[in-house]
Amino acid sequence: MNAQPQRRKERIDRGIKARAETIYALSSLEELAYLLGPRLLFIVGFLALPLILAPWPYWHRVALSVCVLGLVSVSFDFLANQVGLVSLGGAFFFGVGGYTAALLNTAWGLPPVLAIGLATVVGAGICAVLISPCLPLRGIYFAIVTLMYPLLMTRIIEAADILGGTEGFRGIAGFSSVWTEAYGLILGLLVGVFGLRRYLAEDAGLVIRAVKENDQSVRASGISVAGVRFKALYLAGLLGCFAGAYYVHMYRSVGISAFALDLSILPIAATVIGGGGTLVGPVIGSLILVPLSEVLRDFGSLRIVVYSLVLAGFVVFRSEGILVFAARKYQQFERWVEV
Amino acid sequence: MDIVIYGFIQSVALLLMAFGFSLVYGVSRLPNFAHGALYVLTGFVAWAFVNRAGWPYPLAVVGALAVAGLAGLLLYQLVLKRIRGMEMSEVIASYAIGLAILEGLRWWGFRGGTHALPTVSDGVAFPFDVPVDHQRLLVVGVGAALLVGIWAYTRFSKAGLALRAIAQDERAAMMLGIDSDRTGMLAVALGSALAGLAAVVIFPLGSIVIEEGYKVLIYALAVCVVGGLGSWVGTVLASFLLGFAQYVTVAYGKPHYQMVVMLLAIVVTLVVRPSGLFGRQKSLEERV
Repeated sequence: MNAQPQRRKERIDRGIKARAETIYALSSLEELAYLLGPRLLFIVGFLALPLILAPWPYWHRVALSVCVLGLVSVSFDFLANQVGLVSLGGAFFFGVGGYTAALLNTAWGLPPVLAIGLATVVGAGICAVLISPCLPLRGIYFAIVTLMYPLLMTRIIEAADILGGTEGFRGIAGFSSVWTEAYGLILGLLVGVFGLRRYLAEDAGLVIRAVKENDQSVRASGISVAGVRFKALYLAGLLGCFAGAYYVHMYRSVGISAFALDLSILPIAATVIGGGGTLVGPVIGSLILVPLSEVLRDFGSLRIVVYSLVLAGFVVFRSEGILVFAARKYQQFERWVEV
Repeated sequence: MDIVIYGFIQSVALLLMAFGFSLVYGVSRLPNFAHGALYVLTGFVAWAFVNRAGWPYPLAVVGALAVAGLAGLLLYQLVLKRIRGMEMSEVIASYAIGLAILEGLRWWGFRGGTHALPTVSDGVAFPFDVPVDHQRLLVVGVGAALLVGIWAYTRFSKAGLALRAIAQDERAAMMLGIDSDRTGMLAVALGSALAGLAAVVIFPLGSIVIEEGYKVLIYALAVCVVGGLGSWVGTVLASFLLGFAQYVTVAYGKPHYQMVVMLLAIVVTLVVRPSGLFGRQKSLEERV
């Protein structure tokens, strides 16, 4: 027998959360603020970021990197935690989008806006078609095969000396002003995140989650599992390719580093740290990771050590991530009760 | 004749690189993505024992293998044990640890091609009139010894039998009093030591570089995927298939395509036949 009285933690929804769930959310400003507060904080925060950081061009750039990585992370999170396809090859989306935009811009002379738009739509199609043979795979098998895709692209480009070989493309058109550059990307991020959240709240999202939980029952309902997965892959590809295409136009060059391992592992770290399955969490995660890795840039490969250890630590000890933790504190209160 | 001899050596080297990974996955379903990092780590530890601590070479090798085994043990106890059964967490956590080890070594100053382990002898033998240096013969010898050793270990020793039991049917084995955690720990430690063994016999052929770690992980994955994840017989057969394929690519094509062959092998196998070329060997009895 245990001498000490057993205690457990009880979590109860806050009253305001219960009230804000239904039409009563409209009953007072307090409830409205409770609901809108976090969302507005996120949106306004991102919109204000370029204005706040305007005096420091370097950190302004870093903020844009946060958005780029955030997009790739959201795409990983969507595939992994909503569709159930853990893809270790975020760099593949990124690279395909980047190279498509570079080709469109240098070969056809499309202006950046058009090149990015077209690269997003077409690139995502290319990614989805190329990965589609692997869609029946699940779990570790899908993870391994997607890990190989970007590596394979690098090696093929190197060995066959196509697409500019190891040099890549240079002299890609940049943006007309700093502000279009910043706000185009931030709008893309916000539309991507909230669009995806809205999409998941619809019936289509229900089907997508069902595929993750129990694909047999989805098949039994007469819905094509492969079709749903393909659609989800295309959506994730849109985000990844947009990020890649935008990045290429920001830095005005593209090389095989677009397929680098960094771009596959950082989004995973951002998602795990920020909170998987929330779509906003990965953005929060990259908001933490990217500046951290900039600060550590002088230490060379030590920064990779730091963020992989942080990643392993979060996977093992705090797998829920920051946003899920924060949401719980925001919505519930906790108390110890004796059993 | 060149192709046969050197393809064979290449295949045995691949087998050595992949066997540890295959063993760990076969026994405890743990994808140890830190495999390549442990390989490089052992190489550097052996190098440090020889050149910094001034140990005689055989002692340094034994010491390095012990360090590798210990690293695997810690990896299991501190990380993998807590997330056992969550496949994706296992992959991500072990990969992250591997990345930390490799990049940590790079940061520490182990970079460039200046670190090399001594070969056992500089002599050259002429089997079938093909010149082969002694170190490559040692690779083949160690590979053969490894196969026999593992075969004997898993059939005639108590711990080895426990490994097989867990691999075949975890629940039944646990009912008979075999500790799943202890066997998992043993498997990861043994797998790491095998990665280390591969490192100390293969590294003298070239110099120790960090990039080898990523390469070895991909090679191990390629061999295990083509052979069927968790199938030991498949691992052996697949390493010969890929070893010869690799050698032929290097001999008749560009060396650049060597990696492409491996990566394509993984992708194509997973798309066409996810259970591996020798998938029927995934039946329970033959997995070990």
